[in-house]
Amino acid sequence: MSSIQTFCEYFFTYGGYKDYLYGLSNTALIAVFGLLIGFVIGCLIATVKIFPTKNPFIVVLETIADGYVALFRGTPIVVQLLLLHFGLFPLLGIDLDAVVEAIIIFGLNSGAYMSEILRGGINAVDAGQMEAGRSLGFGFGETMLRIILPQAIKNILPTLGNEFIALLKETSVVSFIAVIDVTRSLQSIADSTYEYFVPYIVLAITYLVIVLVITYFIRIMERRLSKNER
Amino acid sequence: MSDNVILSVKNLYKKFGKLEVLKGIDIDIKKGDVVAVIGPSGCGKSTFLRCLNRLETPTAGEILFEGNYIFKNERIYLKQRLKSFVLPKNADDATKTEYENLKAEYAALRKEEKAIEKYLQKHLDLHRQKIGMVFQQFNLFPHLTVLQNVTLAPIRLKKLSQEDAQAQAQRLLKLVGLEDKANVYPSTLSGGQKQRIAIVRALAMSPDVMLFDEPTSALDPEMVGEVLKVITDLAKDGMTMVVVTHEMGFAKEVANRVIFMSEGVIKEENEPKAFFANPKDERLKEFLSKVL
Repeated sequence: MSSIQTFCEYFFTYGGYKDYLYGLSNTALIAVFGLLIGFVIGCLIATVKIFPTKNPFIVVLETIADGYVALFRGTPIVVQLLLLHFGLFPLLGIDLDAVVEAIIIFGLNSGAYMSEILRGGINAVDAGQMEAGRSLGFGFGETMLRIILPQAIKNILPTLGNEFIALLKETSVVSFIAVIDVTRSLQSIADSTYEYFVPYIVLAITYLVIVLVITYFIRIMERRLSKNER
Repeated sequence: MSDNVILSVKNLYKKFGKLEVLKGIDIDIKKGDVVAVIGPSGCGKSTFLRCLNRLETPTAGEILFEGNYIFKNERIYLKQRLKSFVLPKNADDATKTEYENLKAEYAALRKEEKAIEKYLQKHLDLHRQKIGMVFQQFNLFPHLTVLQNVTLAPIRLKKLSQEDAQAQAQRLLKLVGLEDKANVYPSTLSGGQKQRIAIVRALAMSPDVMLFDEPTSALDPEMVGEVLKVITDLAKDGMTMVVVTHEMGFAKEVANRVIFMSEGVIKEENEPKAFFANPKDERLKEFLSKVL
């Protein structure tokens, strides 16, 4: 019992909850904005890769995209954080808030995975849909936006949910670049009190609850998007 | 060229890799024509139709739609001639001039055709708006309601107001007897209903010509009639159309021209009575004996 008391005392009386909430907000910021950036990058790359042309400009873009995906899928996120935060950003003279840096890096990382998810989703839409759109007079881009992507996103929503959950959990390593996230906040409580079990149980429950909430919302979205399957 | 030619196809070739599917198609389609294209499967009927609105890019030839090029590539022949032109070292002046002329001719043609291609990059979609297409597999947009399927293109491309587009859609849906299906999703419809909606979707852009790619081949037999009736009504209203079909009855009754394609070329063309009563081409005789 005493370990719970120690934790509660530290958490409530000595203001540990402030760190916890601050860490939680950082975790949420990095996960949500990382996902958004990842989604935008993923859409761009998937479109570039699917664009049917021999235009040299697009071909160059495709090559860059391939390199980017290989790089960010081929190295661990921790390495990317360290390399960009301590290596590339100082070299380029970029001085950002560590949280913003984390958002960018997680966005870049997630974009690499998202592009492949989206590409798969787009390829899974029947080719006749593109033909029907083009035959009505829509350009490639507008057909993509109004006809292909809505169907593709519906198909990949469960996978996107997976990606979001994975991203959220991966943010637990941001303390490598001195960002205080929810993991770091509870870690410092553990370090200060020399009581490890309770803080880490609280940490585990925190992640679990967030993931369950996300799962719930994804289910709702899926149900709404599949209304045309009745 | 007379004004009432809507689609003019000259010397059209299409290769898929080494497989030559179309080997020189020539045809003029005039306003009000109802052209039925028949032939054994794999003979290039569908490819031909899909070339007409550039869903498939031909390899060589010309396609004019309402007097505008929507495809032109003749330089490929000159290029071949240039390549096979062996200029001897001690060639006389006449040969040299011939070679230079050929080169100049090729350069000029290349310039012209590149200009057309560039123009088409921007304007092909505008021409496509006037070429309606109906597919074998319907290709309705499953994430949109029937009404949205029909009004999407008019609202976005012809800048019709929502109300106008919906009124037009309702009128067209009534025409095909599906006015009560406006607000359902395509997945709830039968094949025949889907195809009628697909026809309405194409009609909503008020096209000048309609292309039908085996519109009844994916339907249950009892639904073929309802779709053919819609197409027949359209033909009677004077819509210009090219119909790739296996329905010989339709070709006989509704079309004013019937075309038999085989091995990538048009083997025979005639008005329907003579076409079916008095076929000349051997391959067509064989084909008709099997399908009639």
